[in-house]
Amino acid sequence: MANDVLVFGELTEEGRLAPITFELLGAARRLAPQLGGRVLCAILGAGLDGHSQEAIAQGADLVLLAADPLLQEYQADAYLPVLASLVQERGPTLVLLGQTIIGRDLAPRLAARLGTAVAMDAIAVEVQDGRILVTRPCYGGNAHAKYSFNTSPVIATLRAKSQEPIERDDSRQGEVERVPVGVEPSAVRTRLLGRVKQKAEGVRLEDARIVVSGGRGLGGPEGFQLLEELAQLLGGAVGASRAACDLGWYPVSAQVGLTGKVVTPDLYIAVGISGASQHMAGISQVKNIVAINKDAEANIFKAARWALVADWKEAVPLLIRKVRELKEAEARR
Amino acid sequence: MPLHIICCVKQVPDPETPASQFRVDEAAKKVVPAPGIAPVPSQFDTIGVEAALRIRDALGEVKITVLSLGPEGFRDAIKHALAMGADDGVLIDDPALYQADHWVTAQVLAAAIQKLAPYDLVITGRQAVDWDMGVVGPTIAELLGLPCLTIAKDVKVQDGKVVVERVLLDGFETVEAPLPAVVTVSNELGEPRYPQLRQIMLAARKQVTVWRAADLGLDPAQLRNRVNIEALYIPQTKVETEFIEGDTVEEKVDRLLQRLREAKLI
Repeated sequence: MANDVLVFGELTEEGRLAPITFELLGAARRLAPQLGGRVLCAILGAGLDGHSQEAIAQGADLVLLAADPLLQEYQADAYLPVLASLVQERGPTLVLLGQTIIGRDLAPRLAARLGTAVAMDAIAVEVQDGRILVTRPCYGGNAHAKYSFNTSPVIATLRAKSQEPIERDDSRQGEVERVPVGVEPSAVRTRLLGRVKQKAEGVRLEDARIVVSGGRGLGGPEGFQLLEELAQLLGGAVGASRAACDLGWYPVSAQVGLTGKVVTPDLYIAVGISGASQHMAGISQVKNIVAINKDAEANIFKAARWALVADWKEAVPLLIRKVRELKEAEARR
Repeated sequence: MPLHIICCVKQVPDPETPASQFRVDEAAKKVVPAPGIAPVPSQFDTIGVEAALRIRDALGEVKITVLSLGPEGFRDAIKHALAMGADDGVLIDDPALYQADHWVTAQVLAAAIQKLAPYDLVITGRQAVDWDMGVVGPTIAELLGLPCLTIAKDVKVQDGKVVVERVLLDGFETVEAPLPAVVTVSNELGEPRYPQLRQIMLAARKQVTVWRAADLGLDPAQLRNRVNIEALYIPQTKVETEFIEGDTVEEKVDRLLQRLREAKLI
């Protein structure tokens, strides 16, 4: 039992298992045989129902359900003692969480509370001679570091889209256990006062097949209107570099990069983006990058499959016109 | 007694260093400083100092102490924070701690924070821009038994509580916690103020207190790293870039669209 991999099963706002959970289960499924253990999936929430079968179909051998009204909304003070005691009782050798809003908050404190170490934002976990090694980008993605650990269990958060889920198999068998929660409301020192949603209209950035992104090179917020027009024509979404968001040119919720979102569209069109490593961290899995920049030396071109050295003010309106013509021609056919 | 805020800061290689000048010594598993590019205070830490200063702007009397663990060069990060308006600086400079991982760093900082008590709020950056780990702030909170609110874009103190807006994927949430507490801040908080020349001169004259591990009652031999770096390298990108040719931008755009259609991307 000591060689198990425990996955923290994260839920979406709608209460379903989040895509990151399937990615973590996929990673755990590959690692567990190498460690000689099983895949455990801990799910914390309010009324948990129907999650177990899905977690098993995605690779879990044992699903641990901790259901309590206190766990309805994520609060570290409520989640932490539940997860910490689960890890202590079950004794996994590896604990995986997503590098998400919750994982970023929960994993470091879980490690501290359990007296062990954590590696954040990892892109690879491997087992070598029985040792767990974790690779993670650092220096804004300029370098990769590979870590080994002196304490157990090893805790790691994995970057979104860095791991492949297994193919869903509804015939997979697994066990389900409901576990006691035992957290007093008084233990939760923080209080959630409210949430403000800043949802962009149209296609969600994380789901978009095509993303058109703008950066500091746009020179102001106006350029984003053109990018929106282009994205709409292509059925895609608009992203932005941190520089553009920090300057207030575009909503923070559209920020792509190390401290923003990780996106994996089929096509990423970067306009006026220099390609700072912090931005590249958000598109490191994208195969088809088009970069439009008037500086032929821009770093973004190193990662681009197609480089268009031009002033975006000239290139983007042309792109819009010609894509529109193409779409209209297709529609007539 | 005025409110006491402790800001943790760190000095890092300039993250704006062009990728072409970024070098790694793979044998030493260390980043080689780019020649002629000076280290800078880690950006999120400076935003943490800004958050503390905004609380002072709102409340009036607030004492701000800047705390750092590292070699002599880290004094620059402290001086920068003092020039921004912080009151006191403490540098924990002990060669036995230069190789500290995030766990040892958090332990030392937590011990220093206890020595600086009473305090009301500890602010750190959401992550240092060198290792990008984002672990030290929450670990300090655990070591001190304090509530922790991470990745804040707004930090206010009112009625003995800290009220924080935490950045979410599609918006933000407002959360409050009793003091003392630990808060980590993100770039969405806004630009940190830039020190004026006069403030820089005044800060230069301020004394920075220097402590060693022993001053905190810590024995470095007892502080063991929990992680080891087995390898550090620059990842290889395997992209073959095609620079789209053309006499005019229109020709280039036409050719680009042709490529995208060939690849069935549009």
